[in-house]
Amino acid sequence: MSEIVSHHPRAISLQRINAMVLRYWYLLISSWPRLLELIYWPALQIITWGFLQNYISQASGFFAKAGGTLIGAVILWDILFRGQLGFSISFLEEMWARNLGNLMMSPLKPIEFLLSLMIMSLIRLAIGVIPMTLLALFFFGFNFYAIGLPLIAFFCNLIFTSWSVGVFASGLVLRNGLGAESIVWTLMFAVMPLACIYYPVEVLPAWLQLVAWTLPPTYVFEGMRSLLIDHVFRADLMVWALVINAILFAASFAVFLALLQSAKRNGSLLGGGE
Amino acid sequence: MQQRETGQGQAPAANQAPAADQGGSAAIEIAHLVKVYKTTRAVDDISFRIARGSITGLLGGNGAGKTTTIAMIMGLVLPTSGSVSVLGAKIPEQRYDVLGRMNFESPYVDMPMRLTVRQNLTIFGRLYAVKHLRERIDQLAADLDLKEFLDRSNGKLSAGQKTRVALAKALINEPDLLLLDEPTASLDPDTADWVRQHLETYRKTHNATILLASHNMLEVERLCDRVIIMKRGKIEDDDSPEGIMARYNRDTLEEVFLDVARGRTREGAPEGAS
Repeated sequence: MSEIVSHHPRAISLQRINAMVLRYWYLLISSWPRLLELIYWPALQIITWGFLQNYISQASGFFAKAGGTLIGAVILWDILFRGQLGFSISFLEEMWARNLGNLMMSPLKPIEFLLSLMIMSLIRLAIGVIPMTLLALFFFGFNFYAIGLPLIAFFCNLIFTSWSVGVFASGLVLRNGLGAESIVWTLMFAVMPLACIYYPVEVLPAWLQLVAWTLPPTYVFEGMRSLLIDHVFRADLMVWALVINAILFAASFAVFLALLQSAKRNGSLLGGGE
Repeated sequence: MQQRETGQGQAPAANQAPAADQGGSAAIEIAHLVKVYKTTRAVDDISFRIARGSITGLLGGNGAGKTTTIAMIMGLVLPTSGSVSVLGAKIPEQRYDVLGRMNFESPYVDMPMRLTVRQNLTIFGRLYAVKHLRERIDQLAADLDLKEFLDRSNGKLSAGQKTRVALAKALINEPDLLLLDEPTASLDPDTADWVRQHLETYRKTHNATILLASHNMLEVERLCDRVIIMKRGKIEDDDSPEGIMARYNRDTLEEVFLDVARGRTREGAPEGAS
């Protein structure tokens, strides 16, 4: 006879998080198009931008000196973008499968659900970005891992931002149904011009620079340029990024819970359609 | 306020549990429940108690408020006013205290299509912290005749097979309270009868409480100790199937349903109705 393992019902359960990660893992390995999609776009990106970097390095003394800033920026942008997509697509899978009602009716808590989506975003990111970094090394001689310990700071800050955006976008879909799906795919692009991925912050008008400095990725991309061009690791930038990320993450989680409550008031949890 | 505790018509059949407990702790207790969506009163001040170990049918036409009522019992929809208590826990405040003892099946949700039946049951078993999960899945596979397609993906199953899998998911944690929304919708008569038999057996062997919303009057007549008829968000009648049929002087619940749906009152029913 089976029985229910006794847990404190209010506690966070690793078993439930593990169950959800397993659910997405089963899905991923059952579908080769899903796996291919994770790899092919980052690979195309790195090849295109890598050749562009090679070309302008020959024509510009600055880019010859600042070797790898374009390729490095492409890889870091992909961590940011793919991290959010990895989070949000796993969430969308539940909407597409009409499985959200089953999950919401189970003992799975929202925080456990979100934690499992974060773990999946790391797994999906690893599948997409590791081959990308190897292509950068073999085709263009850019060793992403040579960045060393600062890479951990860059990565952590970018992934925290991607999760914050992912949590917020998922909350919007939860509240508004699949009609809000396009937000998931496009929200991060709103950050793109202000995060100063391919150019320094000084390029922006003064008033826009103030806005740019409210975004954690801006600190990361400035930090990357400082490291690759001036060979200086700006720890101060990373600390600021982490502080803003903490605020952003707490805010996005609060918004997600508010949107979940709103979905319950609105009765949209069982439907989830358009 | 509309509240009934038990059928006052004919006595329940010998093999049936009492329609509602007489003052004992109820599995479900609803008081003055109201749900308003913008300007629509989907549920309009309903109250009832459901006895532990009973099977209660929630009847009503489309838009009568059955699904909204069940969703509020599950905590997936927040009431505008009134209270819901399930297995002694206030919903939604204490829902995580009892979610592990409940489960549900609904045509509004699906199991993930790409995952195999075994994978789906494994995931939900882990979410519900079912001990000896492998044995439990084997047991359900034997009980519900799932063995031959246990390793087939859910999307490749027939409608009848999918319903049996959804029922297996609903029973994975051996719930004390089972909420079913149209459990035999779109099934052929043979499969539907088979599902009903299984529900009856489950109730008897586990002393479980079952609340089911259905349009199938024969199903309700056969399975339920008690019937709650809803119309436009209100409780129109509440008694044992026999009691209701006697009051309307009808031989079948289907005829009663048509009387209610078409606005024929008990007084307007054929001679002999009480």
